[in-house]
Amino acid sequence: MQRLDPAQFFGTSRVVIVAGKGGVGKTAVSAALSRAAARAGLSTLVVEVEGKSGLAAMFGQPPFDYDEVVLAPGGGPDGAADVRARTLTPDDALLEYLEDHGMSRIARRLATSGAIDMVSTAAPGIKDILILGKVKQLERGNAADLIVLDAPAAGHAIGFLRSARGLIDAVKVGPINTQARDVLEMLTNPKRCEVILVTLPEETPVNELIETAYSLEDEVGISLGPVVVNGLYPEVGGLAVDPAEAAKEAGAHLHPGEAEAMRKAAQFRLDRMELQREQIARLADTLPLPQLWLPYVFSPDLHRDDIEDLSSRLAAGIEALVAIPAPEAAS
Amino acid sequence: MSAGGPATSTGAKWSLLDLVRDKEIIVCTGSGGVGKTTTAAVLALEGAKLGRKAVVVTIDPAKRLADALGLEGLSDTPSKIDGDWPGELWALMLDTKSTFDALVTKHATDQDQAEGILQNRFYRNISGALSGTQEYMAMEKLFELHDEYDFELIVVDTPPTRNALDFLEAPKRLTRFLDHRLYRILMAPTRGIVKAVNVAAQAFLRTVSKVVGGDVVRDAIAFFQAFDGMEEGFKLRAQHVLRLLSADQTAFVLVAAPHHDTVAEATYFASRLTESGIPVRALIVNRMHPRFSDASPIAMHERAKTFAGTDLGGLYQNLSDFLLVASKEEEHLAGLADRVAPAPVVRIPFLRTDVHDLDGLGEIARHVFREQPAQLG
Repeated sequence: MQRLDPAQFFGTSRVVIVAGKGGVGKTAVSAALSRAAARAGLSTLVVEVEGKSGLAAMFGQPPFDYDEVVLAPGGGPDGAADVRARTLTPDDALLEYLEDHGMSRIARRLATSGAIDMVSTAAPGIKDILILGKVKQLERGNAADLIVLDAPAAGHAIGFLRSARGLIDAVKVGPINTQARDVLEMLTNPKRCEVILVTLPEETPVNELIETAYSLEDEVGISLGPVVVNGLYPEVGGLAVDPAEAAKEAGAHLHPGEAEAMRKAAQFRLDRMELQREQIARLADTLPLPQLWLPYVFSPDLHRDDIEDLSSRLAAGIEALVAIPAPEAAS
Repeated sequence: MSAGGPATSTGAKWSLLDLVRDKEIIVCTGSGGVGKTTTAAVLALEGAKLGRKAVVVTIDPAKRLADALGLEGLSDTPSKIDGDWPGELWALMLDTKSTFDALVTKHATDQDQAEGILQNRFYRNISGALSGTQEYMAMEKLFELHDEYDFELIVVDTPPTRNALDFLEAPKRLTRFLDHRLYRILMAPTRGIVKAVNVAAQAFLRTVSKVVGGDVVRDAIAFFQAFDGMEEGFKLRAQHVLRLLSADQTAFVLVAAPHHDTVAEATYFASRLTESGIPVRALIVNRMHPRFSDASPIAMHERAKTFAGTDLGGLYQNLSDFLLVASKEEEHLAGLADRVAPAPVVRIPFLRTDVHDLDGLGEIARHVFREQPAQLG
């Protein structure tokens, strides 16, 4: 059995798309993944499509937009590379596209007249394709060793990734068609792109992840990387021990009510941990993809330290992935 | 602030139960993933238990809940759920496209016009994907249920969009779309002023064609031509819907989870609703962590450090972990609770399992209507 080197893992696909429903910690996972890749020496660019995600705050940085910023500079004693980030919007991507294709004079008019709304109504998915087209351009232009795309939340992820296939049928000629073909080529080439799905170890999120995984493989033909299961309660000692016994053992006196509070809190955690194990097992039974586990972070707002810790755990999880199942096993 | 009775922890003048008993329409709103669908089902079930004829309109229920509610596949008409309650419980799942189709058919001047629109590719794209369409159709369905059936209580789930209040804008958005300059440019030929379309507009259309392809533009023109004459009906209908939403017999219930970002979104919804002249009548917070004692999490953490490595240290650490989460959750909620005051704030604890049957809904109802976790501090 050969251990997997994180640099090799992150070198598999140039673009990693992080997807999952709202509230599963997609942005934190994007942050941790990008930092883990940077620590493995890969220059990393995080691309956001919705803004306001809190990604900048996780790195202790002010909010960013279309212009690229450095979120976490590399170059320390560990030889890490930079983590950079930018937000993509369909309007900006369209403007840039038109300017690059010699249509700069009408570009501005097209954008200010609200035509983009009308165009994207006429052929839904155009906004998505503008974003993915830009990501493809970044990928082709070697913008970074690894591009982490924080995909739109909720059910939109499938639509977002399916847009290319839909548009090829809807728009038969012209630049949008070309763009859609190029994007689909990127999405379906495992050397260029893979999707990492994020979930919580709870019933509904696990069900949704399984559905999404099969839709993405069947309908888009996109390659799936490991699944990230986020929010696992870390192990704590003593939970099964009676608080009064534990106090006696430690030679301590408990305050009134403390034993009861401890007992209830311990039972709560044990119950939740058992449920989480059940869900992880069910996920493993249903979806033959390797899992990376991330702990529940009790401090409610994630800071740089937390991201650092999560990225170390991801790297450790990646090293423990001895073998990724062959594609046959995943279908 | 003192601990209150069920559902009135902020000294509200009414309870959630009052809303379920007295209102005709309850709209559950909030961001995605906070348990809106389940909450809507719980409220409708409670209505049936109070003897009312209740219906719940769900948007995207988890499969097992849909099964429990007898919603196999899309069903655009309400189906009755049998159960042991004095009233009636009905459910339906919103089918955006067929609701839109019905609306088009209703407003079309004749069968040909309706067919022309329904077959148009541009329309088929719009009806599924125009941003806000789903929200608009949820409200349209609500209006239809209110207008054409005899339900005493209609509970509507709203779509899990990032901006869950799009439905307030949705009717406006559609009519604004119809007022759009491009629409007028496209419509010009049918109004016999083809020569009046100026050169700039023509160039503009050519540009749009160049980018998206001529087919799309031709489809769009055909759609607008087919739609001609129907705008007024649509606008009028949209106004009726908005009036119903702000009427006194309608109550908006904000559903949230106690995380920092979802509370921030909920706070934004509350402001948007207030600006639109629609008060929030209740705030339901799902998935609250229990608060196991009123000790300070920091003090417990200190003791965990003192006894590090022992079982007692672990027990203190665990207590500290959950006290920290619970206090942060209350901290996040405080501003939101003030914002919606005097509406009641209903806290629902983390439950052991997800809800996928009527018993599960009943279990939540027990927490919502009968047993409020004691609020400390």
